[in-house]
Amino acid sequence: MQLEKSETMEKIPEQTAPNSRLAVWRRKLKGQKELILLSLPFVIYIIVFNYMPLIGWTMAFQKYRPALGFFEQEWVGLENFKFLFADSNFLRVIRNTLAMSTINLVLTFTFSIAFALLLNEVRNKYVKRTMQTISYLPHFLSWIIVTGIVMDVLSPETGIVNEILLALGIIDQPINFFADPKYFWWIVGFANVWKSTGWGSIIYLAAITSINKELYEAASIDGAGRFRKMWHITLPGIKPTIFILLLINIGWILDAGFEVQYLLGNGLIQSVSETIDIFVLKYGISLNNYSLATAAGIFKGIISVILIFTANKLAKMAGEERLF
Amino acid sequence: MKKISISDVVFDLIKWTFLIFMTLATLYPILNTLAVSFNDGMDTLRGGIHLVPREFTLENYRTVLQKDNLIQGAIVTVSRTVFGTVTQLFVTALLAYILSRKEFIFRKPITLLYIFTMYFNAGIIPNYLWLQKLGLINTFWVYVIPGAVSAFNVLVIRTYINGLPDSLVESAKIDGASHFRIFINIILPLCKPVLATVAIFIAVYHWNSWFDAMLYNGFNDRLTTLQYELMKLLSSVTSQGGDVESMKHTKSMVTPASVRAATTIVTALPIVLIYPFLQKYFVSGLTIGGVKE
Repeated sequence: MQLEKSETMEKIPEQTAPNSRLAVWRRKLKGQKELILLSLPFVIYIIVFNYMPLIGWTMAFQKYRPALGFFEQEWVGLENFKFLFADSNFLRVIRNTLAMSTINLVLTFTFSIAFALLLNEVRNKYVKRTMQTISYLPHFLSWIIVTGIVMDVLSPETGIVNEILLALGIIDQPINFFADPKYFWWIVGFANVWKSTGWGSIIYLAAITSINKELYEAASIDGAGRFRKMWHITLPGIKPTIFILLLINIGWILDAGFEVQYLLGNGLIQSVSETIDIFVLKYGISLNNYSLATAAGIFKGIISVILIFTANKLAKMAGEERLF
Repeated sequence: MKKISISDVVFDLIKWTFLIFMTLATLYPILNTLAVSFNDGMDTLRGGIHLVPREFTLENYRTVLQKDNLIQGAIVTVSRTVFGTVTQLFVTALLAYILSRKEFIFRKPITLLYIFTMYFNAGIIPNYLWLQKLGLINTFWVYVIPGAVSAFNVLVIRTYINGLPDSLVESAKIDGASHFRIFINIILPLCKPVLATVAIFIAVYHWNSWFDAMLYNGFNDRLTTLQYELMKLLSSVTSQGGDVESMKHTKSMVTPASVRAATTIVTALPIVLIYPFLQKYFVSGLTIGGVKE
């Protein structure tokens, strides 16, 4: 902004005609012909693939039938939305989504931060690097592989978790984790912890390296132990990073992910496993009710955008300008 | 004088317990899958396989390599990973260069047009119907064309280009080079580290994709992907129905679970072997790019 203004100021004296601004603009356009030509395909591309599909949102206000053309559809106003909020299934999937994303958020944050803080205390470079490299591994595996692993580990017949619990005498019968609704949210939470702890810690480890080393020396002179130094210097040092990441993630609270729930869920526990995304998929693909599925998708999209903009505002108020 | 305080000892104890637990918890399931993949399928069902196979066999892998769908899935996955990464990396970098030109009058609106797409999505059904209208359903192109330019990756590369000295581009322009020339001859070579980072993000995405294969090309076995085939194996194991297909091809005792273990290893192996060498790239990429994956 600043730059463009000063350029305009410089050029105004040369132009005496009243439409000088337009002339400057035209000259600029001419000089930037190549950039404009190069960017044109990108503009067309994003409009075609990301904005045009929004036309489909009209389905939410229709009783959509695929066989009919656009003008032959029956318009029903907000009826689909009314139906949605009267549907106890929809309210349940909202509850499930919020519960799972909150559990995910708390668990993955705690584990990533703890991992970064404790790994930072490892003096042996070789050990530190090896542990770090191993910790990134699950991030590179697909959810298909990860959910397969989760099922193996929790299997009542051959899973290691039941084996350990039995050996320690905590239980005397293997638990069938996927038959009882009370375990599901935590299984999803810890699956996320398994997959993302190492990857999530990267950003904290980077933040830790920028903490002033003199602070630690001063604390040592004052006789602070290792734990006190971690607690009173390292943790406050990465607080801004934690804060901004939390804000961003709150914007994504309706995205509890759907791959995990889709792959791990089953008929016995669907009352707790279905998220908004799965609801959309079920109504849209299996039941062919496009209108209802689209209405649910729009609801989720609008709430998410509101949350993201609120989070962004809060971040700016807090003096961080990192989001956009 | 260094004195050892009790609190430091306790702290060390907690630290090592946590770190070693996390490391073992990460490694064990993978090593266990490896052991199961080399163990006789029927024997595995008896339980007790941990880190080493009890009845060693290569039968599980033989079964995997005989499955036509898996071979086809591998071909499609490798194609989309190679082709998708190369083309998407090129266009992403080009857009990043265009949007890094401060004099460009449409820089702001185009940047916003892309940034908005990070925060909303038309949704599964409208997207599906739209792609159907464009004739992309049931084609290979549906894997690489929609989503070819990710706003996040553009921002990562643009941040990097902004950090390069401006004089490089300026002096080339004075010499009469076009923007496209400057991009190819000057910017691309200088951006190697950030391009490596973004290439990893794109390649991992393609390698692990399955949902687009199921949704858009689910009825076309020629367009299946490795992960989608693995997903089918996973559901055949959980439904307990048994995988008849895998039984047909071999007389030995392979079970759906043991075939799945072998498939998991085959699919994960390339990434597991490569990622440790790319560590410095993705670590720095995440740090410049800001935050979100």
